[in-house]
Amino acid sequence: MTKRFGDLLALDGVSLALAPGSFHAVLGENGAGKSTLVKCIMGYHRPDAGRVLVGGREWAIGNPRQAHRLGFGMVYQHFTLVPSMTVAENLVLGAEDLPAVIRWDEERAKIDAFQRRMPFAIDPARPVATLAAGEKQKLEILKQLFLGRRILILDEPTSVLTPDEADQILKAMRELTEEHRLTVVLITHKFREALGFAREVTVLRAGRRVGGGLVKDLTRDDLARMMIGSASIPDPAARQATASRAIGLEVESLNVLNDKGTVAVRDVSLRVHAGEIVGVAGVSGNGQRELVEVLARQREPASGAIRVGGAVYARTRAEMRRHRVFVLTDEPLRNACVRTMSVAENLAFRNFDDRRNTIGGWLVSRRALRAQARALIERYRIRTPGPQARLETLSGGNVQRTVLARELSEDVAVLIAQNPCAGLDFAATAEIRARIMGARNAGAAVLLISEDLDELLELADRIVVMFEGRLVHETSRETADAHTIGHYMASQP
Amino acid sequence: MPPATDLGWWGVVIAVLGGAARVSTPYLFVSLGETLTEKSGRVNLGLEGTLVMGAMSAYAVAYLSGSPWLGVLVAGAAGAAFGLLHGGVSTLPRVNDIAVGIALFLLGTGLAFYLGKPFIEPVAPRLPHVALGAWSASPQIRAALEVNALFVVGAVLAPLLLWGLGHTRWGLVVRTAGDNADAAKALGYSVGAVRTLSTMAGGFLAGVGGSFLSLYYPGTWNEGLSSGQGLMAIALVIFARWNPIHCFWVSLLFGGATALGPALQSVGIASNYYLYGAAPYVLTLILLIASSSPRHALAGAPSELTISK
Repeated sequence: MTKRFGDLLALDGVSLALAPGSFHAVLGENGAGKSTLVKCIMGYHRPDAGRVLVGGREWAIGNPRQAHRLGFGMVYQHFTLVPSMTVAENLVLGAEDLPAVIRWDEERAKIDAFQRRMPFAIDPARPVATLAAGEKQKLEILKQLFLGRRILILDEPTSVLTPDEADQILKAMRELTEEHRLTVVLITHKFREALGFAREVTVLRAGRRVGGGLVKDLTRDDLARMMIGSASIPDPAARQATASRAIGLEVESLNVLNDKGTVAVRDVSLRVHAGEIVGVAGVSGNGQRELVEVLARQREPASGAIRVGGAVYARTRAEMRRHRVFVLTDEPLRNACVRTMSVAENLAFRNFDDRRNTIGGWLVSRRALRAQARALIERYRIRTPGPQARLETLSGGNVQRTVLARELSEDVAVLIAQNPCAGLDFAATAEIRARIMGARNAGAAVLLISEDLDELLELADRIVVMFEGRLVHETSRETADAHTIGHYMASQP
Repeated sequence: MPPATDLGWWGVVIAVLGGAARVSTPYLFVSLGETLTEKSGRVNLGLEGTLVMGAMSAYAVAYLSGSPWLGVLVAGAAGAAFGLLHGGVSTLPRVNDIAVGIALFLLGTGLAFYLGKPFIEPVAPRLPHVALGAWSASPQIRAALEVNALFVVGAVLAPLLLWGLGHTRWGLVVRTAGDNADAAKALGYSVGAVRTLSTMAGGFLAGVGGSFLSLYYPGTWNEGLSSGQGLMAIALVIFARWNPIHCFWVSLLFGGATALGPALQSVGIASNYYLYGAAPYVLTLILLIASSSPRHALAGAPSELTISK
């Protein structure tokens, strides 16, 4: 299979063979061609060369419907569920022979019978908008199985899940393949998933197959070498002793309402000292987003006080600048960027009106912005066609690097970061964690809100656990224990 | 008209009720049409133009053919044609459906005024009505409870639309296109085609709503016929939370507000008549402000709408 996008050779003669009932991982970094490969199979892209054989016969697949008819089904990185509909409606929606008038009693009976045969089940009457991320991902998989797909392609299915949820889903997939009810292709950049659940693996790098084989014959180091090639992985950033005990960020009795008007953050008080990383652990949806939105001034608190460096902090642009407060929000493309603006413009949000970026103090100098962008692109290794490229043309990892470059390039006193490495490959993750640690070592007070407990255990000096809007547990780095924290996250101390 | 002293304040209530059914009909049809269009992920602001165009074409056809129902059908067809234009143009890349809607609003009213000039004088046959007040001896009650046939059609259509959105393949596909375009594409449906067809169906209903204005109440064709009812009906959809049954009740509420002035006048309260005439407009503003909030997201809004993105 070969696919070219303009000058870029995205896929270069890659072959993949799937026996019925196999569980095959396709491993590779961001941009290695994993998604391109499966999109060619599914008929979203027309490959420049190559063919798809099913049951020994060649098939021309021009669109996803033809792929579906051959039994291929795909679960995407983002959800393709319709949020306002119920689970049952979402399940029947994809049926080829959906009748003009739907007899819901018959469909319900079919769904119930189907769910009894499956390793997990979801109440069909619930609206999808009320499901947690893990349940949505399960529903995506159930939907494909309900529609009778025999070959399931999972595109980074665990990027929105907690480790427990991911393990549960992948284990169920593995069982279904062992019973020969299903063939699975798992696209991932996580070694743990490839080694833990797949039987075979194919490693891609820069559009080429660089290795693979049976998982039992391969070690983590083998895979790492194939995946990264000659590039080296940065070591975890060293934690340096910091002396200052000055309070950087202080939150006192903060209460915040969510979009529905119910209390999302309850009486939260915490202090982050200069040169310290305080980690906030918790399962997604326990008030973390609302907390960060208040700190980033995307939301108004119901009550409570926020202080930076001892002074009341109203989160205005002037105060952000005076106190050197920076924020890495969740979903940067939505919360911290304008996707249709250029990389240079996005990099200049903090300082486009600075003296050095303006002519006469009011006219923005595009030349100065371009020069600043070129320097930051170089320093933070942002892969972009140039400073003028629209931000939305960049990959997720490079969007995150762009935001990081903007928020960390200046002298930082307070840094608030939420899930800074979500969905990124491990080289980018290591780099971003190193930069956060670097900011801490340089004396910044860092509040790190993350759903990835491993990340918190690696970076934080102190960890607090958030459950249903409250801080329910606090532990220092020395006494932190993943097991105990996990119990508090599920509020079963 | 002598003051309705024999019924007193009950006369006002009955007049408001009867007026509500009468005045609400165009609101009901436009809002049901717009609900369907918005459920598919498009906003058609051009329905005011469609309404006026429907009123003109219905009147012209009814006058020329002698059949008011043929006029209703032609008004619907004209509305569907406008919907096709809106849907087709909005499907083109980089075209904003709001801007297209405003353009079609102006085009529709302008075209209707131009083509409708010869029909301002002649009298066309009117649509029939159902006499719900036949039990009463009071001529006032009988007059107030003459419910027009189109209102009955609309009242049946509202639950039918709700059922269709939940129980038919088309309903599910329309809602998918309106809530998650990627999902609709992944299912192999053409989002542009689904939305264009939904806009056409919505336009058809708005055209029928227009025919009511010229063929029943006020029952003549002139240029000031609609006075923004099409636009208010679009605002009403937001207040009704995209639910056809709510559309029905809210339309009645708006109709009642409009009927308040004339009803009070009929019992002799003629002062502030024009102030009462502003009631539906004030109500629109109050409802929109009351139902929105900077803190809460709008519940029920199809997430593909340009206004909810």
